[in-house]
Amino acid sequence: MAIIIFLIFVVIVIGLSLYLGNKTKTSSGYYAAGGQIHWGVNGIAFAGDYLSAASFLGICGMIATVGYDGFLYSIGYLAGWIVALFVVAEPLKRLGKYTFTDALDANYNSSGIKLTAAISTLVVSICYLIPQMVGAGVLVEPLLGIPHIWGVLMVGAIVITIVATAGMASTTYVQFLKGSLLIIFSTILVGAVVMRGLSTHPDQGGKVEFYQYASLSASKTGDTLTISESGWDVVEKVKVSADLEFVRLSHNGLDSWWSLSEKDGSLVIHETQFEVEKPDGKWINGAPASASNQLRLVGNLEKIMGDGNVETGKLSLFEFLAILTDKETLVRTWKSASFVDDGGQKVTVYYSKIVSGDKLMRPGQKFKVEGTFLERLDFLSLMLALFLGTAALPHILIRYYTVPSPASARKSTIVAIAAIGFFYILTLFMGFGAMVNGSINPADSNMAAPLLARTFGELLFAIISAIAFATVLGTVSGLIVAASGAVAHDLLDRYLKIKMDDHQKVRAGKISAFVIGGIAIILGILFKGMNVSFLVGLAFAVAASANLPAILMLLFWKKTTSKGIAASIVVGIVASLTLIALSPELYKLYGLNPANAPIPLNNPGIISIPLSFFTLIIVSLITQKEKATSKSL
Amino acid sequence: MLHKPATPSGKDPAGPYKIRLGIRMFIFYTLFYASFVALNLLSPISMATIVIAGLNLATVFGFALIIVALIEALIYDWLCRRKEAYYQQIEKDSAKKGSA
Repeated sequence: MAIIIFLIFVVIVIGLSLYLGNKTKTSSGYYAAGGQIHWGVNGIAFAGDYLSAASFLGICGMIATVGYDGFLYSIGYLAGWIVALFVVAEPLKRLGKYTFTDALDANYNSSGIKLTAAISTLVVSICYLIPQMVGAGVLVEPLLGIPHIWGVLMVGAIVITIVATAGMASTTYVQFLKGSLLIIFSTILVGAVVMRGLSTHPDQGGKVEFYQYASLSASKTGDTLTISESGWDVVEKVKVSADLEFVRLSHNGLDSWWSLSEKDGSLVIHETQFEVEKPDGKWINGAPASASNQLRLVGNLEKIMGDGNVETGKLSLFEFLAILTDKETLVRTWKSASFVDDGGQKVTVYYSKIVSGDKLMRPGQKFKVEGTFLERLDFLSLMLALFLGTAALPHILIRYYTVPSPASARKSTIVAIAAIGFFYILTLFMGFGAMVNGSINPADSNMAAPLLARTFGELLFAIISAIAFATVLGTVSGLIVAASGAVAHDLLDRYLKIKMDDHQKVRAGKISAFVIGGIAIILGILFKGMNVSFLVGLAFAVAASANLPAILMLLFWKKTTSKGIAASIVVGIVASLTLIALSPELYKLYGLNPANAPIPLNNPGIISIPLSFFTLIIVSLITQKEKATSKSL
Repeated sequence: MLHKPATPSGKDPAGPYKIRLGIRMFIFYTLFYASFVALNLLSPISMATIVIAGLNLATVFGFALIIVALIEALIYDWLCRRKEAYYQQIEKDSAKKGSA
């Protein structure tokens, strides 16, 4: 079923691209869809472009695992559209031709701006491409039963076909189609979630038996741990951190890992799920990994408003959230920890933690708003980058050139705000729906929304997965159009001034699309396993640091010079990328201790955005004379 | 030689008004957004306060940020269209006078 729906969608998308490809012969058609897209279509295409794998897979996955903190991304991403609408939309439409670089360079004709803005477009697009391609691999694994790498290759191939056939025209209609379907079927999914209601023993409508994780009591004498129940022997103890300890138990000849906790002076150990990397391959929960032995899907309510055995039945949207917000509602959430056991084997343990609803329904589980100064600063930095990043994303900005007038640019932004805002409200229900319906893969939060759909049957799962796949296609197409425009139009045509007729310009764009698509495929394979929303958050920080100061100052500060713009872009890119590369989260990716990261912040915006503004102001003031001279000439 | 837009747009007499309006509405929303972030940082516990229908301040404020963005956007568009229509009318009137 899933494969059929997926193939139908792919055939429609490629057919549409080939049809439009026959009509796209000019560079204006290729880069800006001829500037004739209706504002309503453009608005939904904006939504299709913007609601990427990060929004659908990443945010839902993050809400499903850490609660409200994931919704902060929804709020920040939407708020960013206010900057786009009120400050950027119409002026940018007036200034630009095909690319964001055109707009920045409109009043200067500066080779410095052309070069730096094109590089910035490439860097931001590639940063944004990584999570989309990671999302593609994540989706295809359960959908088609093929490995991550094939998912990434398949998306790469389809997207290159879309972009190389009809550029912005096919990209626009693919995004329109995807944006519409995403919103319609997400609404249906949320409807299904609240119609089902909440249960302390979610069994997916009787399809999957609810699994109750066991707890055992234990006692400690000196350093020796003893399990109260007979037949259980402690084999090994591992202390991962000050408040996180695991024990390996042997029972009937089988080993299993348990988490240890202390409550009111008594010791309790809790059943976990675990993966062990053995010489003969991966073992899951004590047996070799296979199609039938995978990690169990997790996430359930332990108590609903203080009661441990409840099925609410149908709920209203508000009732659903109100029950989850109650402090007597307890949710079993899941985390993971990795270590090496006594035998030198790498062990990953997925352990549960009971959290009350009132804590999950407010910030704090992921972003330590009650933590240290640096942890709070990190949160502030993220919210700043999300707010300022949207209006600086090149693949969003180029959509302003596909409509006929500045008024259309404004109207399409409003349609986008309505569609995107509505979708982001749905993410809260989809995320919490996944959290309490046993539909989270503990090893990969990104699949929470499609797996939630699976609890309602294979048809909805197939449709939602196909849409999620389309989500990746739409956004990646937009990114590749933006990046190929930066290479072919900004660098080859305008910066290097390579003489090309209109036909050759289109061909240069298509060749660029092939190369960038290839790079995206490689990166998608390399970054497997990262939360896609986190990665997009970083792309926002780079965009907000490199591009936004240049856009805002160009529009609102008369003393801005071309050298000031170029310098601010360079400083924005270098500062944000350096800060990211030296951050704790990236140290984790390198396999190093995050505590040793030289930069204690995961989100660089709070430093790199002001630095970029400051650079622009200083360099512009220093180069005022040159500006005056060039004017008088 | 400068690079001209793909679809050239004519002179927009309402432009300065729209810029002023846009900046004012942007400042209003920025303050609203900033107050949300500040509240999270300065008084995170207050986000757990139940405000209405069992929903806490975090949820209500989050939804409000999304809904207010849309309301502001619609008001902005309405005011812009009104101003554009006003200038179009003036243009028409002066064209009529010119032809008379």
